[in-house]
Amino acid sequence: MGAWTDMAFILVVVLDLFLLASSRLGAAIRAVALQGALLSLLALLLTSSGHDLGHMLAVAGGAFFIKAFLIPWLMFRAIREMAIRREMEPLVGYVPSLILGGLGVVLSFALSRGLPLPTNEMHPFLVPTALATVWTGLLLVVSRRKAVTQVLGFLVLENGVFIFGLLLTDFMPVMVEAGVLLDLLAAVFVMGIVMFQINREFASLDTDALSSLKD
Amino acid sequence: MTALLALLAAVVATASGLPGLLFRRRPTLAQRLSAGALCLAAAIGFGAALPVLAGSPPSVLHHAWGQPFASLSIRLDPLSAIFLVPILAIPALGAVYGLAYWPQAQLGARAIRLQLWYGVVAGSMALVCLADNALLFLFAWEVMALGGFFLVRSDGDRTDAQKASWVYLVAAHVGTFAIFAFFAAVGSARGSFDFAAWAGLRSTGAAAGWLALLALVGFGLKAGLVPLHFWLPGAHAAAPSHVSAVMSGVLLKTGVYGLFRTAGFFEAPPASWGIVLMALGAASGVLGVALALAQHDLKRLLAYHSVENIGIITMGLGLALLGRARGAPGLVLLGFAGAALHVVNHALFKSLLFLGAGSVQHATGTRNLEKLGGLARAMPWTAGLFLVGAAAISGLPPLNGFVSEWFVALGALRALELPLLDRASFAVLVAPVLALVGALAAACFVKVQGTVFLGNPRSADAARAHESPRAMLLPMALLAAACVGIGLLPSLVVGPLSRGAAAWSGMPLAELRPDALGALDSAAWIARVALLLLALVGAVLLWRRRQRTAPDPVSETWGCGYAYPTARMAYTGSSFAQILTSGFRWVLFPRVRFAPPRGFFPSSSRFSTEPREAVLDLALLPAVRDYISATSRVRHLIAGRLHVQALLVLATLIAMLAWRLLWW
Repeated sequence: MGAWTDMAFILVVVLDLFLLASSRLGAAIRAVALQGALLSLLALLLTSSGHDLGHMLAVAGGAFFIKAFLIPWLMFRAIREMAIRREMEPLVGYVPSLILGGLGVVLSFALSRGLPLPTNEMHPFLVPTALATVWTGLLLVVSRRKAVTQVLGFLVLENGVFIFGLLLTDFMPVMVEAGVLLDLLAAVFVMGIVMFQINREFASLDTDALSSLKD
Repeated sequence: MTALLALLAAVVATASGLPGLLFRRRPTLAQRLSAGALCLAAAIGFGAALPVLAGSPPSVLHHAWGQPFASLSIRLDPLSAIFLVPILAIPALGAVYGLAYWPQAQLGARAIRLQLWYGVVAGSMALVCLADNALLFLFAWEVMALGGFFLVRSDGDRTDAQKASWVYLVAAHVGTFAIFAFFAAVGSARGSFDFAAWAGLRSTGAAAGWLALLALVGFGLKAGLVPLHFWLPGAHAAAPSHVSAVMSGVLLKTGVYGLFRTAGFFEAPPASWGIVLMALGAASGVLGVALALAQHDLKRLLAYHSVENIGIITMGLGLALLGRARGAPGLVLLGFAGAALHVVNHALFKSLLFLGAGSVQHATGTRNLEKLGGLARAMPWTAGLFLVGAAAISGLPPLNGFVSEWFVALGALRALELPLLDRASFAVLVAPVLALVGALAAACFVKVQGTVFLGNPRSADAARAHESPRAMLLPMALLAAACVGIGLLPSLVVGPLSRGAAAWSGMPLAELRPDALGALDSAAWIARVALLLLALVGAVLLWRRRQRTAPDPVSETWGCGYAYPTARMAYTGSSFAQILTSGFRWVLFPRVRFAPPRGFFPSSSRFSTEPREAVLDLALLPAVRDYISATSRVRHLIAGRLHVQALLVLATLIAMLAWRLLWW
């Protein structure tokens, strides 16, 4: 059991690095979906006897449905309708972003011990994985040019927050978690619609081109 | 039980706007129902407040609430009851006035919106006075502030209403922020957000001073103390008149209530707090009336008089605090009673005056003093009722304004009984300040009454004026009757006031009572003498009228022997006030446009003055403009660039993590 949990955490981090290095949008969406599935699995794996099982099942089920199924489906639909396959010319190249991502992973493993947390009983990989995933998400948002990749970055960021939330399942009411999941879905929905509209109007999804719209 | 009744009154008041929404087809009926609901709320509220004022013990209602730190705690004590009476009465009278002034049958959706927010503001003001929990208080406070914003915007298509409403909203939220900080600090120190747990806060040390300053800024902004009054004239002038009556008459008083309540939390506040309040009150009183003298707009003028009256109330509160610091029951009672009674009195006569101003605007379509004149002939009832309000606000006996100012003045003289060389005995200076304020206010209302109601019409609009319908006259008559009633029979209010002072200061009632009776006695005597003088003047006038054989010759006022005088030759309100305003140039900053006549045969020349709001127009708005132009350069760098904005988020996050890890 413990080995599986370790494995899942490590896979999440590896997927982070994969996302930083990947230029193909389809693969990136699949990676985010896989990460979402891993998260729901983690929610179950981390359930100890002390937890409320029904609560955890609801969280894991909701997360799986939305993160691993619904959002990827929306994203695939978006890129199919807009006929884009690749992220060209990122603001920060693939190799530098990979190095930055690796640096983030190292730092989050090194620093996570210093953080004051509400509970002491937790998996040692949980906080570093969460930090590394949040870091990756922010890095993707900052360094990529296509709106689709930025949405992916936002999703990864949210995954990191979700991992952190696993730490707090005992403290967090179901309503808050449901709210977060719903929020995420709504955000992706809106972004998908906006991207589609922008693409139709301007025949481009380059966010640099959007800057000319500023006031 | 009485607390439950008071809560019921607040709920009924809040829901009073709904008929307008439900019966759109029958607007007149809907509006009558809505006004009826507010009158019902006032009746219920009186039923709750009067027993408490008559001496029954405070009534408490406690319920759990799902929100963190909050509880549905209601408490009706003498202080709440004193404020609750005007807070429910004035909106009810204003709603009756609104039947004719702002008819739903003609205005449709605008009137429905106004009635909805009007009820919400009335109910939330009542809840503010009843709340016994900090979060419930803040909730009611915020609803009240937002409701006030929508009320100011009732005439949303006018630019002055839009601008005034935004200034009001910003000021209201800055105030709420200060109150929020104050409540959060006290609540976390006390471990409870129920006011019941806050009694006996320590008042010494720097922390207590900062807390008191936060409360002063937060509640002072709502009350309109100088220099925090900048939002007030614009908002009160832009709103419809019955809304102005509510805002100026009672909405400001919630700020005063907050000051009272906060001062009650602290035990034995230092003398310096009382002195600060008295200094602020004196500044508000003198500057408020000086600014009022310079106004050309009738409603702006009345709004500045609210600043003046809030100053008088604050001086009374300062005296009461000083009395608590020095353990002098005479100061406590006279200061508290003067301030609390002036809260009620100001609500009465200021509402009366605003309703009168509304009638003038309704009849002539203008609020500009220089375009009015001679209205007493067309609208004698309005002129007479306005005169009662004007005399009351000037503090003339035998009206109610005199009684409360008399209490404060007597309290100030009591400061002389403090030990020699006590710096607190400077509080006696409040008495001459009150005299100055009263005299200037009287001058200002001579100007108003003279230019609006006497003389000849200065414009075609003023010449076409007509008397207001009965629905508008009735509330004004009731308010005027209340002004006369309190003025002639101050013994009615002295019991509740001394009970309120006892509950507020924690001093035994028996110690306060003799001072109350002494002050009451002198006030009643002066009122009787004044009444006698008035009766004498009336008798002489009547006698002269009977003696007269031929009618008086009719001619132009200030005609100066011209063959064809015009109204443009009449002495204007500005000219009348000029001799006084010229002494206050250092605070008025009027914008003067002067093109003097030139040559032997001058063709055209102009002279105009425009009063400016010194704090808002000369300090705050330029500062905000500079700030915006300075920050817009930075904003240019990041606006619309998603990456840069996300990068900023990232950098902030890293900086905070680093700070937490390295320096914590």
